[in-house]
Amino acid sequence: MKSHDLIIIGGGPAGLAAALSARRAGVQDVLILERDHVLGGILNQCIHNGFGLHTFKEELTGPEYAARFIAQVKEENIPYRLGATVISISREKLVTYVSREDGLVQVQAKALILAMGCRERPRGALNIPGSRPAGIFSAGTAQRLMNIEGYQVGKEVVILGSGDIGLIMARRMTLEGAKVKVVAELMPYSGGLKRNIVQCLDDFGIPLKLSHTVVEIHGKERLTGITLAQVDENRRPIAGTEEYYACDTLLLSVGLLPENELTRALDVTMSRVTNGPEVDDRLQTDCEGVFACGNVLHVHDLVDYVSEEAALAGKNAAAYILTQQTAGKTVPITADGGVRYTVPQKLDPENMADSVTIRFRVADVYRDRYICVYCNGERIRRIKKRVLAPGEMEQVILKKSELKQPLASIRICTEVE
Amino acid sequence: MRELTCIGCPLGCSLRVFEEDGNLRVEGNTCPRGETYAKNEVLCPKRTVTSTVAIRGGTVNRLSVRTQTDIPKDRIFACMEEIKAISVDAPVMIGDVVLPDVAGTGVALIATKNVPKE
Ligand SMILES: Cc1cc2nc3c(=O)[nH]c(=O)nc-3n(C[C@H](O)[C@H](O)[C@H](O)COP(=O)(O)OP(=O)(O)OC[C@H]3O[C@@H](n4cnc5c(N)ncnc54)[C@H](O)[C@@H]3O)c2cc1C
Ligand code: SF4
Repeated sequence: MKSHDLIIIGGGPAGLAAALSARRAGVQDVLILERDHVLGGILNQCIHNGFGLHTFKEELTGPEYAARFIAQVKEENIPYRLGATVISISREKLVTYVSREDGLVQVQAKALILAMGCRERPRGALNIPGSRPAGIFSAGTAQRLMNIEGYQVGKEVVILGSGDIGLIMARRMTLEGAKVKVVAELMPYSGGLKRNIVQCLDDFGIPLKLSHTVVEIHGKERLTGITLAQVDENRRPIAGTEEYYACDTLLLSVGLLPENELTRALDVTMSRVTNGPEVDDRLQTDCEGVFACGNVLHVHDLVDYVSEEAALAGKNAAAYILTQQTAGKTVPITADGGVRYTVPQKLDPENMADSVTIRFRVADVYRDRYICVYCNGERIRRIKKRVLAPGEMEQVILKKSELKQPLASIRICTEVE
Repeated sequence: MRELTCIGCPLGCSLRVFEEDGNLRVEGNTCPRGETYAKNEVLCPKRTVTSTVAIRGGTVNRLSVRTQTDIPKDRIFACMEEIKAISVDAPVMIGDVVLPDVAGTGVALIATKNVPKE
């Protein structure tokens, strides 16, 4: 059986950045396994601009951003297998993949990095009554059909869900000549970036209806229309507010789920909030030598943060391989008071780096609040925020020097005045 | 009067722009960036256009493209008309010029994907 020091599962932006950083930290024997026939992951279909402002100080499109990392991976001669779908991994870091060229292959690794990304919540997960005629797509599927395959997806469109992919697709379809009639959002706020609401909806006069949902789907073979209704604070449709929209296409942009089927077999602790594995400050899962980064860990809205996080995972995987550094005793990071989760979920106060970035999301739109960090019950940070929104990932950088030793607890929350 | 949402930061201030004796006055901004944004949006709004064009003989049949810099917002649809009308031949590299001057804006349309020959 073949063996490698480090195997990275997934060749999207997370896998690429992790591979580069591990190689630069001194690990020669790295292998990337990617099931698609190209590297770059979901970025290949995200042809709009707005990627890389943090990393490259310029606005790139998804494929351009990916190409910069792919070029570096090729320069460093990091081996990768395309068309290689990993079908199982074990706690002993035995990886099984299938590919047309190699058939069924087992490879042994010293360390693994999980970088499988996420996929869209399937439409079956939605409870919309009515038949299931043709013309209903997830927004990401529509994005792939248009941008990679070159299909015209529809002419009269309604979009349910105001996440970024839905907003981007509203503009994309409008530019291609379709009429996007409305974007409906169940929540009283949009999950998308402000910039996308302005440049994808406002620019083209597309209305955004907050606190609205699709209550009925019409049409037998092909979609002919949908009924929209307003919802109350418990997200239940309000009788009498129904409105009919004729349309041939309904796009669903209702959220992303980290792709963790493989991870589950490792029997590691999973977070019920992120749907990804729980990790420590080195981005290591509770199976030693298995690290995670990118959308498989938690859903990101900015690819720059994916690359940054992945570089850290790569560096730490390298340290694990080269120094056999084992995990120390960790302290959990508690999220409450409007903070839904944190990544990492725990921290090793003794062996942590000089500073550790804690990323998190809030539960609702808050105005004029403070992000507070408590350490052993004592407040060590209080950062004023004019606005916090679930759609925008937040972060605090904790310095080792400011944490009380011995560290017993860390808590991150939001507070009013 | 025009109403806008500032995209300068997550605060997303609601801005109102008034025209008074040839001058623009901005209300609702929390910081100076909002004023600059609003004035630009009213005087010469610009956007980058991204789309795809048909490509022959390559490993894929769509090539993603963008305008090299921002173009005036009111030229977006004219730009799309030209994009829809053209097709190119593989191979194409990122940054290759697909159209030197799209819709009379003086801005080039460039490829954003490497597409090798089939
Ligand atoms: C449909 C969709 C559209 C998006 N659009 C945008 C957008 O417009 N703008 C934006 O900023 N962000 C967007 N995102 C978020 C975007 O995914 C992240 O910014 C970033 O691409 C995440 O990088 P990643 O490497 O973690 O995941 P991905 O880019 O998803 O890469 C994961 C890779 O792992 C591979 N893989 C998965 N499982 C296996 C396996 N078992 N074996 C081998 N390989 C495997 C996949 O094929 C894929 O190439 C979108 C996400 C989705 C799902
Ligand atoms: S005006 Fe200033 S504070 Fe308000 S959204 Fe714009 S940049 Fe942010």
